[in-house]
Amino acid sequence: MLTFIVRRLLWTVLVMFVITVVVFIIFFKTPGVDPARAIAGRSPNPQTLAEIRAQLGLNRPFPIEYGIMMKKLFITRDLVSYSNQGVRVVQEIFAATPATLSLVFGAAVLWVVLAIAVGIAAALLKGTIFDPLLMVVALIGVSAPVFWVGQLANMISQGGLHGTFLFSWVPPLGYTPFTQSPALWFKGLVLPWITLSLLYIGFYGRVLRANLIETQNEDFIRTARAKGLTERRVLMRHNVRTSMITFVSLFGLDFGALVAGGALLTEVVFGIHGVGFLTYQALTNLDLPTIMATTVYGAFFIVLVNALVDIGYAWLDPRVRPT
Amino acid sequence: MATLLEQVEVDTELRPAIAGRNPWALAARRLWRNRIAMASLVLFLLIVVLCLAAPLYAHDVAHVNPFVPNLNGHTVVGGKVVPVMQRGGGALRLGETPIGPTWDLSHYFLGGDSTGRDVAALLLYGGRSSLLIGIGSAVLCSIAATVVALIAGFFGGTTDALLSRLMDVIWAFPVYLLAISISTELLTHTSGIQIGPLNVSATSLWVPTVIIAFIYVPYVYRPVRGQVLSVVNKEFVEAAISQGASNLRLIFSEILPNVVSTVIVLLPLMIATTILTEAALSFLSIGVQPPNVSWGTIIQDGTDLVYSRPWVTIAPGLMILLTVLSLNVLGDGVRDALDPRAKLRVEG
Repeated sequence: MLTFIVRRLLWTVLVMFVITVVVFIIFFKTPGVDPARAIAGRSPNPQTLAEIRAQLGLNRPFPIEYGIMMKKLFITRDLVSYSNQGVRVVQEIFAATPATLSLVFGAAVLWVVLAIAVGIAAALLKGTIFDPLLMVVALIGVSAPVFWVGQLANMISQGGLHGTFLFSWVPPLGYTPFTQSPALWFKGLVLPWITLSLLYIGFYGRVLRANLIETQNEDFIRTARAKGLTERRVLMRHNVRTSMITFVSLFGLDFGALVAGGALLTEVVFGIHGVGFLTYQALTNLDLPTIMATTVYGAFFIVLVNALVDIGYAWLDPRVRPT
Repeated sequence: MATLLEQVEVDTELRPAIAGRNPWALAARRLWRNRIAMASLVLFLLIVVLCLAAPLYAHDVAHVNPFVPNLNGHTVVGGKVVPVMQRGGGALRLGETPIGPTWDLSHYFLGGDSTGRDVAALLLYGGRSSLLIGIGSAVLCSIAATVVALIAGFFGGTTDALLSRLMDVIWAFPVYLLAISISTELLTHTSGIQIGPLNVSATSLWVPTVIIAFIYVPYVYRPVRGQVLSVVNKEFVEAAISQGASNLRLIFSEILPNVVSTVIVLLPLMIATTILTEAALSFLSIGVQPPNVSWGTIIQDGTDLVYSRPWVTIAPGLMILLTVLSLNVLGDGVRDALDPRAKLRVEG
């Protein structure tokens, strides 16, 4: 187990290195694009360009250029944004993280609970009209563009129906930190949570249903029935438990991807100032240093979460440990 | 990102093979009998035809050019001539609001957008870009991923390890952040991108197509490589080697036909995913660039009109929803019909 962990972590470090190289190439070595010009944002003056070239060592050899960039990203963390008055990019990202975490955690709770409910209900109702019906609803959830669902939610809750008792509790768009007002934090996040979780409820519901039905034909389920266990116990202890393996490993990956920028569209639509929103703002200002930093940190986060999922998986299920 | 792609290999069941028929014919027959899948295929084709007919609609039915702002234009509602941009209206009662839906096919059926353009005509033109980019990038991605998977699986060893690790790296990037990075970098260069002898304009539809194709390569690569590995040591490959077949021949005439079904199963789901991604990127204003429009850019344009003219947002979203839904249902049907995993089990 220890060798597995060490090997997995070494591999993680290697992937991180390659990621930084890829990002570096995208931002500094795209053929035909002058990096200083791109980093400077809209309509830069020659002094700014010269300053950027000097600061980032753009006239120096490739490895030194790369080294300077990495130092500014991870060690001194003083990479500044030129289109945003010299704001320190890395600090900005860490300041935006709580908003993203609030959004993703809440949505994750919703989607796990509801997806399990949908999956079990559909598997139990197999053969009736409700199973295909539930699956069609789940497919609609998977097929709807999340930013559009968010716009519709705003349209209803902030527009026409805001005056009625149904939606009068919805605060204006934006994010209130939990420490400032827990009630407002919660109220402001309810609709974003629902919007973000729809896709995952549909997706995970379908995955769970498929696994449940596949597991139902396994020998150990027959054995459990033959032992005289109640149907309920067979379902919950034997069928659902086994079927959750895919669910759990997918969950780790999707959760990581959402924290690392995947919730961007939801954040933009609801004005939640998280990491995704920061990237979006950077995008509209053509603020490349910020985009570069969110991409690198996001990718790092995903790689780390993936490693943790793999290790956790190997810990739970010795069969997957390579010898 | 959660897409139906990840689900492909789940939920397959063994089907008895009927001897003496071409497997493709069998699959087509199974698909033909699947009424829900066929209905969704019809729906998808209907959407494609409607969007292809965009110039016809704009020119002959609505009599508008949806690419030119029409701030001072007029149209006819219930027999009366009214301006396209109306003073007041909307929640704030400020400035000008475009005309709302008239539900009259020849006069601003879905109303106007913020510059007075006909939303219904834009919707069809937008669909052309969305479908073109969606299908184009899915096909491009499938081809690229298949070629890489064939090389990796066939040569194995170091080649396989290197290529697979490279795919892992692309896989590790958050999809939207990677797309944003590449797009902004390219779009800062407004004079176009010089790639060898090719000069691609920054507003070309090729830019989002290639970016989207690139970010999804690992999603197709993984299952296809698995399939290549499962056939590369089969007897028929050995037989071909003993006959002195070249590597190229082995890859393209022996192995490729045996992995094509996997690619075909993935294709509808890929198109569904790429259409959603294109919409998202265009919504973030880094996908389709003006003067082109797509469903995503129309939703983006509708953001300012969400409360006063909701149909500018609702209509393109519905189109995306219907298109992606039909593709996902069709993808389920194609998977059930071809079922590469069940076929493998019969052979193996």
